[in-house]
Amino acid sequence: MSGFLAEVAIVGVGLHPFGRHDASLTGMAMGAQACRLALADAGVSWADIGYAVGGSNVSGKPDTLVGVLGLTGVPFVNVRNGCATAGVALATAANAIRAGETDLALAVGFDKHARGAFAASPADYGHADWYGETGLMVTTQFFAMKDRRYLHTHGLKDRLLAQVAAKAFRCGELNPAAWRRTALSEDEIMRARVINPPLTQYMLCSPSEGAAALVLARGDRAADLCERPVRLAAVAKRTRRFGSFEVFAPWLPPEAGPSPSVDAARAVFAASGISPLEVQVAQLQDTDSGAEIYHMAETGLCEDGAQQELIDLNETAPTGRLPVNTDGGCLANGEPVGASGLRQVIEVVLQLQGRAGARQVPRAPRVGFTHVYGAPGISACTVLTALSG
Amino acid sequence: MIAVDPGLFSSLDPPRLAGSRCAGCDTVAFPAASGCAKCAGTDLARVELAERGTLWTWTVQAFEPKAPYRAPDGGFTPYGVGYVELGDVIVESRLTGDPAGFEIGMAMRLTLLPLWPGPDGTPVVSYAFEPAGGLG
Repeated sequence: MSGFLAEVAIVGVGLHPFGRHDASLTGMAMGAQACRLALADAGVSWADIGYAVGGSNVSGKPDTLVGVLGLTGVPFVNVRNGCATAGVALATAANAIRAGETDLALAVGFDKHARGAFAASPADYGHADWYGETGLMVTTQFFAMKDRRYLHTHGLKDRLLAQVAAKAFRCGELNPAAWRRTALSEDEIMRARVINPPLTQYMLCSPSEGAAALVLARGDRAADLCERPVRLAAVAKRTRRFGSFEVFAPWLPPEAGPSPSVDAARAVFAASGISPLEVQVAQLQDTDSGAEIYHMAETGLCEDGAQQELIDLNETAPTGRLPVNTDGGCLANGEPVGASGLRQVIEVVLQLQGRAGARQVPRAPRVGFTHVYGAPGISACTVLTALSG
Repeated sequence: MIAVDPGLFSSLDPPRLAGSRCAGCDTVAFPAASGCAKCAGTDLARVELAERGTLWTWTVQAFEPKAPYRAPDGGFTPYGVGYVELGDVIVESRLTGDPAGFEIGMAMRLTLLPLWPGPDGTPVVSYAFEPAGGLG
């Protein structure tokens, strides 16, 4: 980034662990805790924050957090963009710094979902009632069908779905903040209850509860606030284009088009001047284990079909050549939709700072990447780099 | 019998699905659209879709979806779901027949799917595709 645009760095992170918590603990309360942790990590106070952005899909209006954190008059934008909510919140906060509105911004996301698969209203997605009533409007169906088509087209084996899930739970076992911390064998995963074939219950992430927050600073202030600031090299978001195979689609054209993940990833790599081949640690949307597989290719981290060898050789584990979802991803953390993308960024920040504990990627990674994807066809990506040596 | 949504069909007997074709770019959409997703054109004509095609991808809905899904009177049983390539358009559909035999590329044909009784007892139907035998 050069010219008139300010550099943006992440100088504080705060995570309220994802999972299932006491019924009386609200999403908003988890959000407030994540904010306080992020402020403390940065060594700043809420009154120092000049711009805030919050995202939640089901747990209230984020800007009401000011009533808990302090009525400082701070501008506060609410975001509600499905699974990409947190990515959009981060982009909005970063842009406020780049636009010169503030030196210090905060992005927060939180959610507390009911158990079980999400229920969607047809009208909310522009569909008539028949689409929901006849049982076609179920997100997990889409995940299974996109996986099957992708594996078939690129000659990948169904067992890869279990390999990815097994890796996620191994990472979860190493992550004290993860929800699912028990490793499972590939056979246990393959033999588990079938949800939507080829997906079994452990190959799908569950809606959960949690919150995540980041403090962002203009680049020239970052070094004063943080020993090892992480540069937000670029952030980009896109909606779907014609021909992309998306959730909640009663029809597709025979001609395939790029997914929003392809477009957002291309945009973020172009804006950062960094190649996908330089990425040393990545967080990809793994709503199901197949999504991690095809998102590796859609974001440019590998070629279509190359996943078989990469995963067979364990290259996507924290110790591999291309570590993916080192904190266990959505599979081991569940998905509080509004917070999920910020959890991803926090994990990459910790990895670039060497603070990731037992799951730390060796050899001090300096380039990280995050990617979220959600209904009805949206994606947000970031490129993050270590600032100090 | 009556259609769960009259806009889905150009005919119930024989069953035929209704879509739209864009005058500007020939894109076919299902159900019929008022604006073209590809070129943003608004000159769209109703067209009848092919009743035969090939299976593009598929799964089985093994758990009962939450509302607004409506189970049949006999209760929920797992059902097939897929996308069927009909030449001009790939349509999402319930699938009937034994999922053990489903494979990408197999020939499929349109059929009616009984759902539940309407207010006066008339059966309400939607559409489904069933295996037509062999590869498409």
